[in-house]
Amino acid sequence: MSTGTPTIVLVGHGMVGQRFLEALAERGLTATHRVVVLCEEPRPAYDRVALTSYFSGRTPEDLSMTDMEFINDHGIELYVGDPAETVDREAKKVTARSGKVFEYETLVLATGSFPFVPPVPNKDAEGCFVYRTIEDLLAIEEYAKTRTTGAVVGGGLLGLEAAGALKGLGLTSHIVEFAPRLMPVQVDDGGGAALLRTIEEMGLTVHTGVGTQEIVVGEDGAVTGMKLSDGSELATDLVVFSAGVRPRDQLARDCGLTVGERGGITVDEQCRTVSDPHVFAIGECALASDGRVYGLVAPGYEQAETAAATIAQDETEQLTFTGADLSTKLKLLGVDVASFGDAHGATEDCLDVVYSDSRAGLYKKLVIGRDGTLLGGILVGDAEAYGTLKAFTGSVPPVSPESLVLPAGAGESVQLGPTALPDDAIICSCNNVRKGTIRAAVTDHQCTTVPEVKKCTKAGTTCGSCVKVLGQLVTAELEASGVEVDKGLCGCFSQTREELYEIVLALRINTYQDLLDRYGRDEAKGGDGCEICKPAVGSIIASLAPTIGVSGYVLDGEQAALQDSNDHFLANLQKNGSYSVVPRIPGGEVTPEGLIVIGEIARDFGLYTKITGGQRIDMFGARVEQLPLIWARLVDAGFESGHAYGKALRTVKSCVGQTWCRYGVQDSVRMAIDLELRYRGLRSPHKLKSAVSGCARECAEAQSKDFGVIATSNGWNLYVGGNGGATPRHADLLAQDLSDAELVRLIDRFLMFYIRTADRLERTSTWLERIPGGLDHVRDVVVEDSLGICEELESLMADHVANYADEWATTINNPEKLARFVSFVNAPDTPDPVVGFVPERDQIKPDLPLLTIGHRPLEGSAQR
Amino acid sequence: MTLAPETTDLKVQLELKDGWFTVCDLNALLPGRGVAALLPDGRQVALFRDRSGELYAIDNRDPFGGAAVLSRGLTGTHQSRPFVASPLLKQRFDLETGQCLDDESVRVATYEVRAS
Ligand code: SRM
Ligand SMILES: Cc1cc2nc3c(=O)[nH]c(=O)nc-3n(C[C@H](O)[C@H](O)[C@H](O)COP(=O)(O)OP(=O)(O)OC[C@H]3O[C@@H](n4cnc5c(N)ncnc54)[C@H](O)[C@@H]3O)c2cc1C
Ligand code: SF4
Ligand code: FES
Repeated sequence: MSTGTPTIVLVGHGMVGQRFLEALAERGLTATHRVVVLCEEPRPAYDRVALTSYFSGRTPEDLSMTDMEFINDHGIELYVGDPAETVDREAKKVTARSGKVFEYETLVLATGSFPFVPPVPNKDAEGCFVYRTIEDLLAIEEYAKTRTTGAVVGGGLLGLEAAGALKGLGLTSHIVEFAPRLMPVQVDDGGGAALLRTIEEMGLTVHTGVGTQEIVVGEDGAVTGMKLSDGSELATDLVVFSAGVRPRDQLARDCGLTVGERGGITVDEQCRTVSDPHVFAIGECALASDGRVYGLVAPGYEQAETAAATIAQDETEQLTFTGADLSTKLKLLGVDVASFGDAHGATEDCLDVVYSDSRAGLYKKLVIGRDGTLLGGILVGDAEAYGTLKAFTGSVPPVSPESLVLPAGAGESVQLGPTALPDDAIICSCNNVRKGTIRAAVTDHQCTTVPEVKKCTKAGTTCGSCVKVLGQLVTAELEASGVEVDKGLCGCFSQTREELYEIVLALRINTYQDLLDRYGRDEAKGGDGCEICKPAVGSIIASLAPTIGVSGYVLDGEQAALQDSNDHFLANLQKNGSYSVVPRIPGGEVTPEGLIVIGEIARDFGLYTKITGGQRIDMFGARVEQLPLIWARLVDAGFESGHAYGKALRTVKSCVGQTWCRYGVQDSVRMAIDLELRYRGLRSPHKLKSAVSGCARECAEAQSKDFGVIATSNGWNLYVGGNGGATPRHADLLAQDLSDAELVRLIDRFLMFYIRTADRLERTSTWLERIPGGLDHVRDVVVEDSLGICEELESLMADHVANYADEWATTINNPEKLARFVSFVNAPDTPDPVVGFVPERDQIKPDLPLLTIGHRPLEGSAQR
Repeated sequence: MTLAPETTDLKVQLELKDGWFTVCDLNALLPGRGVAALLPDGRQVALFRDRSGELYAIDNRDPFGGAAVLSRGLTGTHQSRPFVASPLLKQRFDLETGQCLDDESVRVATYEVRAS
């Protein structure tokens, strides 16, 4: 096909290649040109930046960046698994591995990089891997199944990511870095030290300042270890090389294009190769006109746009690529690390502002010019301010730099809102979107939500690190243009959860329908509500039940219809439609007889049994119709619901304490049991967890709990607002040396104040950070009684405690309720055939042959 | 077993290929909650009743997760249309059309249902 339409051949369908295709389509070039894409990998372009999220459950399909409809609609010919092998520049032809030959008018090389593997002996042995493609990950995952230890060569950005992945696969992980610190390119010595400490605390072993000399193999040729330059040997079953990348410029070299001394296809400011006007190079394979090869996606995207604009020969849009910013933010193994601008202070006469707390793994440095201009910085441990600081780079921030690095709560610190930014500040560096563009999306293009703005501007669609700032800007812009930002609970209520709580309590409104019909939005009145407000209001009603005069039984009357699916069946729904059963084991204390009962029940019903992270036992795989039978036996043996399914008190963990432990100073088990029994069944905005430790050694991990208690020789210290989960937070000390009675009274007040004022699904940790005044305010209210409401808070709790009844005991004595525990209303004795199991490690696991076709990661879903 | 004090004779029926199939008493359906029914050919249907007494029937299987659990989801009204949210990953399905409100390309089967 040499006549008629000119042909553009793209070699390489990676992230930058795909962006180039989109840029062609936007400029109408796919209509006027034949576009051929040669893609070497067995799948079209996917999100390499998010590669590691494969290990947290994203499938290769989720990672895909290629919309086949886009490819088809634009008539793009995409050849998957067929790399370009040779280029004949004279004849302007590319030959693919399949033997297909394509003539081109314009050739675009977007071949990316390959991982550099140092030339050490046995580097290709079985068990040696690199970390670049989905196929690499699949291979590592498969190999790791039967191994126990892994080592990563290279402690840079990708090396740490790979080490985190190995750890996630259950391997004992090592990192070997030749430089004296981790992430030598991004952070300085101080940042490296903070990072090192945090990473070691996570259980990874770091070896800095040593090189890898040889991979040691066993008789079968598979890796058994590595020899290091300090003479030591490290035993490992698997090695991942992550020692940097090199541009893939072989194809270009072979056809005589100019490449740089250290690799990279030399291009000019239009991304055109310096040797041939018909050939372009973009992305990681290109050596840009500023003499650098960029290993990040944002500069690659800019190059893709530049090349497309040049090919379009659009006079109005003359893009050039002359260099880019190397800012990076990443969440490595859960540690925030960010660097931006002139992070190492290379500018003459610049000054550093440093805040460092290596105990907390915090390190923040800002590089400031003589005139006060913010030049760059490094943040380790807490990169909250990254979005704003990066955008201020190059200007004089409106507040003093010191105040920007101090942690919240420490004297002078201020939060600098994105509203203070100039319009030309870059908010999304991946996609080069300025603040002005985002504002315009709201004011000129009528976008009113973050997803709309993302779609309109592409901001926030790549690494996601700017989404938070994006959200703040959208809200600020909407507010500024007079649009009232809806803070309502959902489409049915314009009030917040806190406002609804006040309405229910003050007016004693005790049904959901009444609340909806009187206080709902006009369009929602008289309707059926929604899946957000029903359980939220159900929870408010349950928390206040005795006070507002309704039954404290969550399946009573209308309340049954409001409960989330788990609360409705008083058990946790599992992926195949079966349920799990968690009896309450207060304080983690259980008699041998109790254990035997649980064991017998699990055996008789064939349930999978596991000790939970909450010091109790979970039995999985019960069919809905088995729940009443199982619970009848549990209740009979004196067990109660553990509320593992509810937004309610979960567990109060304990350590053995004074009774057995030689260090203990109080009876922590007794206190844990007392607290668990006092607050059991208490419905709240989110789950509540607690623990009691017998001394400062803290074996019960009380400081990671919503309310945690630690014994002192004079009584108890109360900590609040702790959290595990994805964003762990250490609890804050609320009060010290309390007597038993003082402790209980303070917890009563604290919990009731939280239940009253928190948002739906807001743990105490986020609540404490959100409410104005924070911990100090809460202390004023619950310790000093500054609002004069403590008496009411205590009486609300007293009502709850006095009216508690075990909901499983109530249920098994209620035939009408029990009738709902069937798989089929018309065949109560038939079990659901979809619920199936297969054996695993002497027990069972769900068998679910059907594949997931998509995920909607939702705020509020699947909460325990 | 007596399910409610006031017994009604009304039955919930589904239209199948060969006529109306009786599932259960109307008062087995709690407004705002669903139940599942097993059809003679092994298919499963999720039945719902809203607060105004309207009945709906859709396939019981969650097409995203694969488990037969849609009958256990929470119902509601979105832009005056009735929906159920799957208890697994919370995707919502229009009870009248079976259309998934969170993914245009997904739809579940619906059935004609009546009380008589
Ligand atoms: C069973 C258990 C894991 C285990 O095998 O040990 C578990 C299982 C689940 N947890 Fe958990 N968590 C369990 C202890 C924990 C702990 C440890 C603890 O309690 O000391 C934590 C960290 C502490 C904390 O909560 O702060 C924990 C933090 C989470 C979180 C994150 C919460 C957060 O605030 O960030 C979620 C998700 C959520 O609730 O939003 C979650 C959610 C879940 C869900 C509901 C996720 C899901 O939808 O599948 C899991 C339910 C399985 C089921 O249906 O039965 N689970 N989960 C543990 C039950 C403890 C118990 O006896 O009740
Ligand atoms: C684990 C990981 C994490 C990362 N995290 C970040 C991050 O947080 N932020 C960031 O900015 N960047 C990150 N990067 C880097 C980012 O992925 C790259 O900068 C980006 O993918 C470059 O795009 P590209 O299209 O130039 O190259 P690639 O995405 O590598 O695509 C090149 C494609 O060309 C193909 N190819 C090569 N030769 C041929 C041939 N002869 N014929 C046909 N096809 C060929 C290759 O197989 C490949 O599919 C990360 C990379 C990895 C591996
Ligand atoms: S926290 Fe103290 S009392 Fe409790 S087990 Fe640990 S060392 Fe003993
Ligand atoms: S900065 Fe990466 S998506 Fe915006």
